[in-house]
Amino acid sequence: MIQEFAIVWAQRALLLDGFVTTLWVAALASAGALGLGAVLSTALMSRNRPVARLATILVDAMRCVPFLLFAYLIYYGLPSIGVRLGNLSSGVAALVVYHMAYMAELLRGAWSGLAVETIEAGRAFGFHGFGLFRRVILPPVMEASLPNLGNQVIQVIKDSAFLTIIAVQELTHAATAIQATYYVPFGSFIAAVMLYWLLCLAVEGVVALASARAEARR
Amino acid sequence: MSAADYLALLQGAGFTVMFSVAAMVIGIPAGLGLALVRWARVPVLAPGVALLVSVLRAAPAVTLALLIFFALPRTGLSLGPIAAGIATLALSTTAFNCEIWRAALLALPRDQLDAALAMGMSRGLRFRRIVLPQVARAALPALVNELTLLVKVSPAIAVLGVVDITRAAVRIGAQSYEPLPPFMAALVIYSLIVFLFVRMQRVVERRFA
Repeated sequence: MIQEFAIVWAQRALLLDGFVTTLWVAALASAGALGLGAVLSTALMSRNRPVARLATILVDAMRCVPFLLFAYLIYYGLPSIGVRLGNLSSGVAALVVYHMAYMAELLRGAWSGLAVETIEAGRAFGFHGFGLFRRVILPPVMEASLPNLGNQVIQVIKDSAFLTIIAVQELTHAATAIQATYYVPFGSFIAAVMLYWLLCLAVEGVVALASARAEARR
Repeated sequence: MSAADYLALLQGAGFTVMFSVAAMVIGIPAGLGLALVRWARVPVLAPGVALLVSVLRAAPAVTLALLIFFALPRTGLSLGPIAAGIATLALSTTAFNCEIWRAALLALPRDQLDAALAMGMSRGLRFRRIVLPQVARAALPALVNELTLLVKVSPAIAVLGVVDITRAAVRIGAQSYEPLPPFMAALVIYSLIVFLFVRMQRVVERRFA
């Protein structure tokens, strides 16, 4: 057992490479999903009925599909309609589009809980359209949904492990490579699980910190 | 897509449902057990459970599946792909179920327990008659929610070579060079399964209440 970890330690550069890839893939995907999710949430809350209906159907469809199936759909399906993406970019694209729906739903939940007076006050001050959304609606909505958004980021990190199946060189892929070369299944996968844990703890820490800050400002 | 392809997808659906339900059947009582350990603040064990749950909740299902499939034989316990797949999903869902049960236990009003104690109920009777019925009712929606999440992570066990819906769809797509139709069919099947579980929850909830 100790020897296994020694071998993994000797191969730490490979594992670290995978960890860094997971890190930035998850970061990029989370940021993209949050940004697009915010836009999509405006469609969900739109007073234009057909727009709201369409957005709801999109979000509900996403929530029924397993991420791996969706990643396959992007990876194998897009070329048949003429769009060609590499492994990494189709992986990130799949993460962004999939989690965009979940982020939008989270934001919608917080938005419907927002007091109408806040929005009316914003209107009275002359805010409208995008300005109203960015300055008046989004800040309290983001604040209220902070813990849920943190959980969603953790979900993004966990789903990024699926990308090993379409040969993205992330953490699980690196662990598999080490295990295949040196036959150290225990060491390599335990190390990977620990690194994922570290990452998730860090996300939880950041969320707790941000929530405390938001609380203090109030 | 031919009739045989549809049949393969349906067979995959059978596997997906079987895996998810088997994992849940193991995971619900196991999660309750772990939650009780934390609720009762058993020394040494309770912090251990907290740590284990924290790690398991952060572990991606794919990584967990690979760990169980490749590393367990090292300890002399060799599992086939199917058993390893069920173990993976069960382990992962146990951690989440533990949190669900714990939340329900923490929400149980203290005076319920005090009243049971005042009635002179024994520990076991108190748990069976007072705690469990209330906690189960409170936890049910979250548990069904977890079941639908489980259906959605179940493709992770495809890395072990188990042919579930997703893997069947990939296979058909690779053979026919037309990946879109099988993926779309798979999408519909998953949606149906999730929808079915959610409906079941409504029925059970009405019975319970």
